[in-house]
Amino acid sequence: MGSRADPGTVEVAQLVAWLETFGRLVHEERDHLTALDAAIGDADHGLNLDRGMRAVVERLHADRPATVDALFKTVGMTLVSTVGGASGPLYGTFFLRFGTAAGPVDELDAAGLATALRAGVGGVVARGKAEPGDKTMVDALEPAVTAYERAVGSGPEHAAAAASEAAEAGRDATIPMVARKGRASYLAERSAGHLDPGATSSALLLRALADALAGTLPETTDGRA
Amino acid sequence: MKKLVNDPQHVVTDALVGVEAAYLGRLAVDHEHRVVYRADAPVAGKVALVSGGGSGHEPLHGGFVGPGMLDAACAGEVFTSPTPDQVLAADQHVDAGAGILHIVKNYTGDVMNFDMAVELAEGGSPIATVVTNDDVAVEDSLYTAGRRGIGVTVVVEKIAGAAAEGRRDLSAVADVARRVNDNGRSMGVALTSCTVPAVGRPTFDLAEDELEIGVGIHGEPGRSRGRLGTASEVAEQLVVPITDDLDFTGAPVIAMLSGLGGTPLIELYLMYGEIARILGRRNVTVARTLVGNYITSLEMAGCSLTLVRADDELLDLWDAPVDTPGLRWGA
Repeated sequence: MGSRADPGTVEVAQLVAWLETFGRLVHEERDHLTALDAAIGDADHGLNLDRGMRAVVERLHADRPATVDALFKTVGMTLVSTVGGASGPLYGTFFLRFGTAAGPVDELDAAGLATALRAGVGGVVARGKAEPGDKTMVDALEPAVTAYERAVGSGPEHAAAAASEAAEAGRDATIPMVARKGRASYLAERSAGHLDPGATSSALLLRALADALAGTLPETTDGRA
Repeated sequence: MKKLVNDPQHVVTDALVGVEAAYLGRLAVDHEHRVVYRADAPVAGKVALVSGGGSGHEPLHGGFVGPGMLDAACAGEVFTSPTPDQVLAADQHVDAGAGILHIVKNYTGDVMNFDMAVELAEGGSPIATVVTNDDVAVEDSLYTAGRRGIGVTVVVEKIAGAAAEGRRDLSAVADVARRVNDNGRSMGVALTSCTVPAVGRPTFDLAEDELEIGVGIHGEPGRSRGRLGTASEVAEQLVVPITDDLDFTGAPVIAMLSGLGGTPLIELYLMYGEIARILGRRNVTVARTLVGNYITSLEMAGCSLTLVRADDELLDLWDAPVDTPGLRWGA
């Protein structure tokens, strides 16, 4: 296993794998995301995000940037120009801020990934002006990053797994919430009882990170030692 | 679905081809970025007015591009906000160096995309933004995305356009635009739903005898759903929430009754007669009136009433010449 990457760091290739996995999950869940959006929004979330992530993966296959900041600038700008609606600027801002915080490096350690994730979520909060409890992406992203930060000492793979679990718990917690941001807020109390589509796609983003980092670090995987 | 389209996925692209053909020499179209702009842009020394939003509300916004009103309008997909690169392209087409005013309707996506465009802009003139939010059907509170921008946007674009044409500077044009918005209120009702071409089925269901009160221009739900009464009763349902929200007495008022796309003018005139009677009874003095289709929701049947509490200055700007496909006088 000597050819494997250092378990303490995440390389550009693994970050690209994260984006590819996110694109695949969004594509698989496209109709589910759109159906969730039909209940409390305007029935286009899965379609729009799928279109955007397909464009991202195509761009990265045509020309893969060498550094983390350049990679995520490409990702963010592609999403901003292809997704539209509110999710374009929100996901676009997440990746743009993530890349800026990471800087012109070709790998991130566990702490560097924490800093970038925190910056990305900060960008989403600033862009959408949403707080936890508003029934938005933030309800999945905020607990996810907090969980990552708590587990940062155990390395990026374990921290990402913890983040993914927290994101899914945060996603499920949006069901009883009354929406206070976005189009769903026009429904007021009628928005309660529905899973938030943005929190659902954000949980996929963290699931993709955990999946992309899992198995690439065999030294820490059960049964492989 | 029964519509005059070639491919339901390409309605916006194809419509812009038609806009270009119909207004050759007056309007130019950037097809890559879906921007409609004044053929004579940039206009020297003038603050440039840029707006945009989802398509399906025509003539808003592309139909209000021309001397005395907008310099450019970005066309998003039907009922979907334009993207920042579209806004950046629009700004570049019309920037004369005197500043740019973005006029944005208050929807989460529209506000974010225009905000990002401002952040991503490199060089170019300073940009100011005015967000319209006149729909009294939505509670304006910390617990919602705020009131939606609807009919007042037309009045803002007209009056700010006249101010810019008069070579006022950016902050003065932005101030007058905000003043119009702050003094404007709107309320709409729908009799039928609309069908987004790419979706192919009606956005919502409304029974034959039902009325959606306070409907949004994308078919968003309103305040309530009721039995469709007489025109006189519907006029009350439009006027009362507006005049309860802001005092319109003691000032000249600009009144606009816009059809939502599927209501014939004869019904709009009939409705306006009822509205004028109710306003008179409430001591509201209408100084200027506009009745027609100005901000629509595809083929939705219904109408939207906008009142703006004006003053002599705003009336002068309203009366100034305008020469656009959707609004034209004095030119």
